[in-house]
Amino acid sequence: MAYCADVADVRLTSLTKSFDGVTAVDDVSLHIADHDFMILLGPSGCGKSTLLRMIAGLEDPTAGDVEIGGTRVNDVEPKQRDVAMVFQSYALYPHKTVQANIEFPLKVRGVAKPERAEQARAAAATLGLTEYLGRKPGQLSGGQRQRVALARAIVRRPAVFCMDEPLSNLDAKLRGETRAELVALHARLASTFVYVTHDQVEAMTMGSHVAVMNRGRIEQVGTPQEVYARPASVFVAQFIGTPPMNVLPAGVVEVGPWLVGIRPEHVTVDRSPAAPTEGSSSVEPSDTAATVTLVEHLGHETLVHARVDSGLGQEVPVVVARLDARDPAPAMGERVTLRFPAEHLHRFHADTGRRVDERAAEVGA
Amino acid sequence: MSRRWRDLPFAVAFLAPSLLILSAFVLYPLGRAVWLGHQRCDATGANCRSNGWDQYVDVFRSEEFQQALGVTVRFALLTVPVGLALGIALAVLADKHLRGIGFFRTVFSSTVATSVAVASLMWFFLLNPSVGVLADWIGGVAKNPGLLRDEDTALWAVAVSSIWANLGFTFIVVTAGLQSIPAELYESARVDGAGGWTRFSNVTLPMLGPTLLFAGVVLTSRAFQAYGEFDLLTGGGPNGSTTSLTYLVYGNNSIIKNNVGLQAAVAVLLFVVLILLSALQIRGVERRVHYGN
Amino acid sequence: MATSAASRRWRTAGRYALLVAVAVVVLFPIWVMLVGAFKPGNKVLQDPLLPTSVTLDTLRDAWRDGKLGRALVNSTIVALIVTVAQVVTSVLSAYAFAFLRFPGRTLLFALFLATLLVPFEATVVVNRETVQDLGWLNSFQGLAVPFLATAFGTFLVRQVFLTLPKDLREAARMDGLGHLGFLREVAVPLARPTLGALALFGFLASWNQYLWPTVISTDDDWNTVQSGLRTLSQAQIDRPNLVIAGTVIVALPIFVVLLVFQRQLVRGLTAGAVKG
Repeated sequence: MAYCADVADVRLTSLTKSFDGVTAVDDVSLHIADHDFMILLGPSGCGKSTLLRMIAGLEDPTAGDVEIGGTRVNDVEPKQRDVAMVFQSYALYPHKTVQANIEFPLKVRGVAKPERAEQARAAAATLGLTEYLGRKPGQLSGGQRQRVALARAIVRRPAVFCMDEPLSNLDAKLRGETRAELVALHARLASTFVYVTHDQVEAMTMGSHVAVMNRGRIEQVGTPQEVYARPASVFVAQFIGTPPMNVLPAGVVEVGPWLVGIRPEHVTVDRSPAAPTEGSSSVEPSDTAATVTLVEHLGHETLVHARVDSGLGQEVPVVVARLDARDPAPAMGERVTLRFPAEHLHRFHADTGRRVDERAAEVGA
Repeated sequence: MSRRWRDLPFAVAFLAPSLLILSAFVLYPLGRAVWLGHQRCDATGANCRSNGWDQYVDVFRSEEFQQALGVTVRFALLTVPVGLALGIALAVLADKHLRGIGFFRTVFSSTVATSVAVASLMWFFLLNPSVGVLADWIGGVAKNPGLLRDEDTALWAVAVSSIWANLGFTFIVVTAGLQSIPAELYESARVDGAGGWTRFSNVTLPMLGPTLLFAGVVLTSRAFQAYGEFDLLTGGGPNGSTTSLTYLVYGNNSIIKNNVGLQAAVAVLLFVVLILLSALQIRGVERRVHYGN
Repeated sequence: MATSAASRRWRTAGRYALLVAVAVVVLFPIWVMLVGAFKPGNKVLQDPLLPTSVTLDTLRDAWRDGKLGRALVNSTIVALIVTVAQVVTSVLSAYAFAFLRFPGRTLLFALFLATLLVPFEATVVVNRETVQDLGWLNSFQGLAVPFLATAFGTFLVRQVFLTLPKDLREAARMDGLGHLGFLREVAVPLARPTLGALALFGFLASWNQYLWPTVISTDDDWNTVQSGLRTLSQAQIDRPNLVIAGTVIVALPIFVVLLVFQRQLVRGLTAGAVKG
């Protein structure tokens, strides 16, 4: 079975929202293609929920435009926007049964009773809720409530689904299962999803695109792979990936006016200490002497924290390296040599934190 | 159009009924009473004219007002502490899981169903020297002219009727307060070796603070506004010994019965006294009351 | 251990004894009144504590002479009007204060709360004048209209509305509900227990009004039960058991109502203490 939605892309142009002088969303422009699964990712307070609520029509923009399917909808009530929303708290009507909850948006729109009952049952069946139709939300588990909220959203067959951290009230196991279900649902409904989360795992596993937000602005938009492989700023580099990318001050790895980043899995740990630094011409430039401060065995991998023996008079950086569990891990206090392969280095402007592209780096060097 | 203004038509429509009623029958009468209260009228209540605001001072200083204020204050002092104490005692007595406790709770709450008129006439019947059972038992002292006709006892008799009538209310409120005290507090007090009385004075009473404040404020304001008791039991007599402020304004036997200006002045002064009183009560008690969390 | 169990049994017995004693004291006036109401007029002085002679004549006379039938109808109509109106006006204004944004909201709410401080007894002088000017003496309007709205109800219902999650209102907006729809479909059903308490409270307060009907109803046909009792007691000052029969007739319906709605009453009375 397939719900067919109207073609609906979402275009945000110079969108700004401030509350009593505090800017929550700052001049954001973003295009969300039809049928896209767009994740708005960022830490709490970055403006991602506010952005979503402006798309849904729950907040009025202070400036800028929201277009859905090519129509400017700034002054259109949520009801007329053909948008559904799933809330973090689910926001089910506690006094209505599951059936009545799912039917409700149709009832408000004046759909005849037999028809809306039929559609509600179909939506409930999609989400495996058939046997709970007669219950009230208070009698359901968190995961079931979450699915009722989804059913209430899909029953309207809206062009755009807005979801505000819908998985954050579920336990870890259920969260993993529901992620897969949501991806399947998106494939089946073929409508546009806009999904807010602070959880990078959700972003990486579900989204066809990710918009990383920080302080009311979008730092980067791209596929999850792009965002991971070529982060556009130090913020993105460190927000995505566990543990986050190592970002070292200028001079530790390379000489140049930029910060250098490298993901933990790209750092290699050589258990023989580096040659003495004085008269070190024989040593590779990226060889760095370090002392192991912490070793975390996670089963499938091992994380090694090592403090760089830097003579640079700056704060001494700690580098995290990710080793395969089969590799021999160093012991705490052991002196090692860290290697940072050049092809895996990311360079960021020291002042702005923005990515410096490779060619510019060559010239600068 | 911003959200601020979008809701306005709804706000106007939703608030209009309440606003209309409250303005017409609470705010306007208060303002108008303040205005009327400064007007000097003749004894029949006609020919009122403005002549400065010193009528309020005159009324306040008058013997009648002072006496009525004294009656009202004494009535409150007689009814509120005793009423509260009895309410607490009954609630504590019935706060135990015993067979049939529901019946006793219903009985103790029952006087909440009696209106002022019912309660007052009931007590009039009990205290009436010619038929009253109680009057009979109390015997000689009260037989003639009767508790309600004796200047020394009339206010006490009215107070008893009022305490009885309010007992149900106090009982219900204090019982609800008791039930909201967490059981762990009692258990930890018991573990600490506290006996019954220590538990009562160190756990129950402090935790009842907000409840007692509420009940006390309500009972006090009821005492200051009491009217039916005086009207039915004593008619303000004998000799003005039960003429409360409300009876002075509205009573059939009041000497200012037809003088709207004076009635308004006393009513306004009653309002001022009540405001001052509730402010004092809330400030005074709030400092010592223990609110949960 | 045996001694402790025995002493506990004694303590329980003591508590029961105390409970019974207090219940007797509390019920004593009601008992005497009931006995008196069923006594014929000439026997009222005999055995005031025991129903040694029983008749319905006294109750019948009280009903007739006090025009209590008419008074009961008046009281019921007025109390029902007041109850329904108070619930409606409180819900509407509470909704405005809880869910609507409009300029002057805080100020207006403060004004509402301020009316709680004005004792009704202080406004009767002027309200009597107003009602007289409107030609509403001896009428249902005159008896009911001043009580059609209450700041207390507004405050109580607003407290409940404020506990509803913000997401619920927004979900309803997404579902397409306007303010009226949300009020009817969500806010009112969820506030139902409080509305029940408010209704009972309003009904009781209206039923028990004493000063207002004695001032407004100058014609006996417009007496409520309370002012009717007053009239009866003044007209029959030398037939005390007739008066007492009247109080039984007046008290009975409200006793029944309260027995049925005990839970709502407790809720209504304690709302101020818990949330105040």
